[in-house]
Amino acid sequence: MVSQRRDAAIVGIHEYPKRKAPGVTPLQIKAECAARALDDAGLKWSDVDGLYDAQDGAGMAGLGLAEYFGFKPNVIDTTAVGGSSYEFHASHAKRDIAAGKCKVALLTYGSTAHSDSRRIGSMGGGMGAGPASPLSNMTDSWGMTLIANYAMVAQRHMYQYGTTSEQLARISVATRAHAMRNPEAVQAMTDLEFVGINEITVEDVLNSRMIADPLHLLECCMVSDGGGAVVIASPEVARDCKKKPVWIIGSGEATKYSENGGDLTVSAAAQSGPRAWAEADVSADEIDIAMIYDSFTITVMIMLEDLGFCKKGEGGAFVSEQRLRWDSPLKPALNTDGGGLSSNHPGMRGLFLLLEATRQLRGESTSQRADARLAVAHGNGGMLATSHTGGTIILARD
Amino acid sequence: MDRPQPRFPEPDTQPFWDATKEHKLTYQVDRDTGDVVFFPRAHNPKNGSRNLEWRESKGQGTIYSYSVVRLNRHPAFAPLGPYAVAYVDLDEGFRILTNIVGVADPTSDITIGQRVKVQWEDQTTGISLPMFTPA
Repeated sequence: MVSQRRDAAIVGIHEYPKRKAPGVTPLQIKAECAARALDDAGLKWSDVDGLYDAQDGAGMAGLGLAEYFGFKPNVIDTTAVGGSSYEFHASHAKRDIAAGKCKVALLTYGSTAHSDSRRIGSMGGGMGAGPASPLSNMTDSWGMTLIANYAMVAQRHMYQYGTTSEQLARISVATRAHAMRNPEAVQAMTDLEFVGINEITVEDVLNSRMIADPLHLLECCMVSDGGGAVVIASPEVARDCKKKPVWIIGSGEATKYSENGGDLTVSAAAQSGPRAWAEADVSADEIDIAMIYDSFTITVMIMLEDLGFCKKGEGGAFVSEQRLRWDSPLKPALNTDGGGLSSNHPGMRGLFLLLEATRQLRGESTSQRADARLAVAHGNGGMLATSHTGGTIILARD
Repeated sequence: MDRPQPRFPEPDTQPFWDATKEHKLTYQVDRDTGDVVFFPRAHNPKNGSRNLEWRESKGQGTIYSYSVVRLNRHPAFAPLGPYAVAYVDLDEGFRILTNIVGVADPTSDITIGQRVKVQWEDQTTGISLPMFTPA
């Protein structure tokens, strides 16, 4: 029995349409998306009384962001745990609204990672910048790129469970098919000069360049500009909004890091997922839409397992059934906007997971799953092999 | 160009890096529980105890996972060609991030479960990096 609790709902969303935005700042993207998401909800700028921010706006977080926007919020939350920050924010906003601390919570994200030429995946490891920490001192010297970090998880998954690159490639194939139906994703791939803006095959993925064994180029997300905003409101406010509310019925938060003797193939989702399912009184097999942070193919496979869509180690077989497409008779449809692999990844993709899950439950997706009623958004922040966060949000329509 | 180096002052990891100058691979143990602590810290992350001691590893272990990096734009690594980053499980029970070196072709000559031993790479900063090579 799906939980009937109605503490808070997503009532307004906006995704910045461009993935290449020279001359625009992250703060400007955040403010523009905030205004458009409030308009989507039918709410006013002055209605916002809760501000949630992942410190992505050029050093202006919390107080600085409140001043820049011109808000006087009753709640400020600057949880910054990487790409999953927005799932954490959604969880906190629901909690704060339920406690009566605020009524209209605003989450924003802005990034110009592409225009800044940030080599997110292929620089480093550590850059020897920022204050020294015990972790940086043990990890900076090995040339571990972000991609190699995730690749080590894939390598271990293959070793433990016999997973193949062909199986991982199915994730890229399904999400590219969704991207080709999303005009903003097609424009993104055009602006970012993708080679071959078309549906792809498993062979295409395997024939693309190896970046860090066993991950190929077409298993890695893009580096774009972009951003977005989400408005979360109390049931009283939500009732009068323009669009039908999308209720947050469960949430979970967790961390995971490398430990002596630990299992690299298990992510924070194995802790955040069960907490979210229990709160929502829902199980994975009921979920229509899975919005899972696809920084890389392996990220999705690990998290499908940890969230309980299949058993640990069976992800390879699970994704091999074409089930992930929007028009499959099987559940769940995966990353129906095209994902970070083929639509939008400015560094911290977590906010977009909430946006597309909301579109699906409103019936607004460009790859609409018929009668989608339940969605999960699972964000991953940090680095999968060394240390990361997981944030799970379960969403339902009335 | 040098690789990024550990930076000091950083009191948790300073003893580890000081020991590398003598090619000693060290780790911590909780004197009361026997828990192995790594990366270095002033406390045991399992119970908060600060009753820890340093020990020297024999430098022998097993590859837990690895990846061969084909693309790194960092100027210290860009000229290397494909190189292997790995987690190695030392026999004493700690897991270290490192490089696997001394193989003809890292794309084909490295496997998970392979036995390896420490091989030091001295740095101009005075410390030495513990890398691993097939045993």
